[in-house]
Amino acid sequence: MPDDKKLFKVTIDNITIEVEPGTSILNAARKIGGDVAPPAMCYYSKLKGSGGKCRTCLVEVSQGSTADPRPMPKLVASCRTNVMDGMVVKNITSEKVIDARNGVVEFLLINHPLDCPICDQAGECDLQDLSYEHGTEGTRFEFVRRTFEKHDLGPYIQLHMTRCILCYRCVFAADQLTDKRQHGILDRGDHSEIATYIKQSLDHDFIGNVIDVCPVGALTDKTFRFKNRVWFLKPQDAHRDCPRCAGKVRLWTRGEEVFRVTARRDQWGEVEDWICNECRFEKKKASDWVIEGPTLISRHSVISAGHYVGMKMPREPLPEVMGGRKPKLLMDIHSVSEVNDPNIDLSKIEGPAHSTDFVNKG
Amino acid sequence: MIKFSDDRLAKVQELVSHYPEGKQKSALLPVLHIAQEQFGGWLSTETMDYVASLLHIEPIEVYEVATFYSMYNLKPVGKYMFEVCQTGPCMLNGSDQIIDYIKQTLGIGVGETTPDGMFSLKTVECLGACGYAPMMQLGKTFRENLTKEKVDAIIEECRRTAATNN
Amino acid sequence: MGRKLLLEKAHVEGIRGYEVYRREGGYRSVEKALKSMTPDQVTDEVKKSGLRGRGGAGFPTGMKWSFIAKPEGVPRHLVCNADESEPGTFKDRYLMEFIPHLLIEGLIVSSFALGSNVTYIYIRGEYAWITDILEQAIAEAKQNGWLGKNILGTGFDLEIYVHRGAGAYICGEETALLESLEGKRGNPRIKPPFPAVKGVWDRPTVVNNVETLAAVVPIINFGSEEYAKIGVGKSTGTKLISACGNINKPGVYEIDMTISVEEFIYSDEYCGGIPNGKKLKACIPGGSSVPILPANLLLKTAKGDTRIMNYESLADGGFPKGSMMGSGGFIVFDEDQCVVRHTLTLARFYRHESCGQCSPCREGTGWMEKILKNIECGKGKISDIDLLWDIQRKIEGNTICPLGDAAAWPVAAAIRHFRDEFEWHVTHAEEAQKRNYGLAHYADPLVVA
Repeated sequence: MPDDKKLFKVTIDNITIEVEPGTSILNAARKIGGDVAPPAMCYYSKLKGSGGKCRTCLVEVSQGSTADPRPMPKLVASCRTNVMDGMVVKNITSEKVIDARNGVVEFLLINHPLDCPICDQAGECDLQDLSYEHGTEGTRFEFVRRTFEKHDLGPYIQLHMTRCILCYRCVFAADQLTDKRQHGILDRGDHSEIATYIKQSLDHDFIGNVIDVCPVGALTDKTFRFKNRVWFLKPQDAHRDCPRCAGKVRLWTRGEEVFRVTARRDQWGEVEDWICNECRFEKKKASDWVIEGPTLISRHSVISAGHYVGMKMPREPLPEVMGGRKPKLLMDIHSVSEVNDPNIDLSKIEGPAHSTDFVNKG
Repeated sequence: MIKFSDDRLAKVQELVSHYPEGKQKSALLPVLHIAQEQFGGWLSTETMDYVASLLHIEPIEVYEVATFYSMYNLKPVGKYMFEVCQTGPCMLNGSDQIIDYIKQTLGIGVGETTPDGMFSLKTVECLGACGYAPMMQLGKTFRENLTKEKVDAIIEECRRTAATNN
Repeated sequence: MGRKLLLEKAHVEGIRGYEVYRREGGYRSVEKALKSMTPDQVTDEVKKSGLRGRGGAGFPTGMKWSFIAKPEGVPRHLVCNADESEPGTFKDRYLMEFIPHLLIEGLIVSSFALGSNVTYIYIRGEYAWITDILEQAIAEAKQNGWLGKNILGTGFDLEIYVHRGAGAYICGEETALLESLEGKRGNPRIKPPFPAVKGVWDRPTVVNNVETLAAVVPIINFGSEEYAKIGVGKSTGTKLISACGNINKPGVYEIDMTISVEEFIYSDEYCGGIPNGKKLKACIPGGSSVPILPANLLLKTAKGDTRIMNYESLADGGFPKGSMMGSGGFIVFDEDQCVVRHTLTLARFYRHESCGQCSPCREGTGWMEKILKNIECGKGKISDIDLLWDIQRKIEGNTICPLGDAAAWPVAAAIRHFRDEFEWHVTHAEEAQKRNYGLAHYADPLVVA
């Protein structure tokens, strides 16, 4: 029946596309890509039931559908709201959305430790990227931040609860990838925490994936802790024959040394294939792997391989002008005269005559 | 190994029968109430693991729930727990003074238990007795329209009951 | 004196027991509905009666019922929301405690209308003794053939079970309640899907407040037309108001939604005025979440009309100059009460009760409490007041469930109407630290008790 194939037309930030019925606004926006795709801190397309919690992907629905064009009264979580035919959505074109999103980012940051300089996640942290886009320079929060003791969830994973933003992704991952969930959300409200309650170790074969789904540095790889910064490492796609998982991974190397192994991620930062603990934690030699080549990562990311490849350095005119001679004196021209100050409106300076002086003077 | 008494075990079975087959987890909240009642007024890890095994669920599912709801005690508490409401309507009627008075009289702070293990003091949020403020919950009952004299009488009553029960 | 439909018999000696309740005309609506009406006719009657949800949101009950999905072979459920936890509200407790069979009767008729063969009463854990009362009433009803298999020979089966919560305000939100009923943490669900399609155990479910379901009894007994005649406009029938705070006669009153706020506060039939000859300063008319109103905006609307105790009149003026009927929790402040301190207790309440699932509520409620605490004890700054305003603005409307709004509104209204009281706490820091009550000059000089 051709009717079954009918696609829904949806307009997001003035760009219209057609998507399958049942597509969420967020996934429709991801199809358009770029800035139109709302940020997602808790939604994870591969984890059933995820999303709706962080509120960073809120968007404005200015027209519900062709059939019912009324706007939705509140901003909606785009990850958990499906498109309707003729729906009109505003993301970055809505001031309300930007204002709310800035607010959400502020809420996420008030109790976040901002210990990026010593956090292993720095450089590939969703919260860091989000704050860069939407955060302010200072904080309005003048109280002691919430802290938790950090502790080990077994030999491979460290839980740094203070950094957690309670996205629930790791709980969904444990629920859906393992047969027996051992950790969960304990307590409630602003003192909720991810924990096992009895400080047990998480020991399922696939539990290491919680590290990859964590959007911040709350769950980190103990075999990699403090070993290196991600932006100093070269990510390479590699594979091996693994009896448990697909064995398709990303190796983070420096020279010959493999510093860590993670799952491969797509352009939205989501894991492509879950990998097992053995691949992740035990195979730390280059010889364990068949290396396919450098990973392609958005060049905007600080961790992109070949971040500077193909980038032209600007021409330095000085050596040309000097023709091999060394300058005797270099000075900052801004300090010489206020005329050189880029912030000065030249017409306002008392001094030599300029063009407007001659107006009406025949 | 801990175990429910037979009548409580029967009660658990009855509770489970209230819900569709395979949805026995639904009985978790009521069963935890029974567990807390039988095992000393609080829920130890052992107790929660036992409840998990009774309902065929993972222990973490019990921990998640037990830590969410404010009526489950995760640490031992006194024999008599004064749970005094401190929300708006009670505050308008002097709950602050009542809390202060209990603190003074029992010599303990909020969240503490007297050295003899008799009394614990807890401040709680609205219990739905706003018209009879200030109030506190003591076991299964509400004590309402509290005054200092009433607090004295309640303490006395608890001591008497404890003495006769021993 | 207004007509009473729910509490008329509440004080008849022995009404808590089945014999007296039945003798006083109890369970007639079950006979009428099951024997002479179809489920759709019952729903239609409720629709026509104009009954609105008495839990706080005021959504038309009949309409809610008509949304329930009826997929083949999937059981449906009615769940009674007895998780009464909104500060200032204690009406459901009163009804269940004194006249429990009225609720059971309402539940039977409503379950019949919705096709629910297993109905649950989700009661807040702290109402432990009421759980016992309800279970007793259910047992009596069952013994007398009002519950069980083939009720009154009509082929309709029904069991009612009481499910006791364990201390969480959030479980009053219907989807959190359903999660809790499933034995989980009370995290509200993300909607859609709505409970009418996927509720408890993914089955179509309707969740209604205690008072709403009890009101079905007089609607069936007297007919929707008769019921709709009581009250005014879209506020039909009677409403239970639980009055508390600084009044002479706190308690639960049944009103017919035509009396004025002034009469309600000062008449001896209701609150009986303010104790010790003090003046009225302010009032939160519908439970802690709704905006507080200063005396001058409470008794008269901004347009100068007399304010009436009903949905429309209490909301007249919108949020800037009005409030809401909400759950009917009526909290009165005398002239000595400090709005800042009261707002602090509410902020603490909402922080304590936030489930912690979504970021604005989890983080914002705690932040507001901290700032309010500073202001209340004389450590605040003037800029903190604007900051509070901004925080509540960024919580409101951006959360999964209405708890975010419920936490934001009281702060917004307190600042809107009592900003100078907040400022006073900042500018008179030393005095603010010493005294725990605020300024008196908000009391309207016209309304001396």
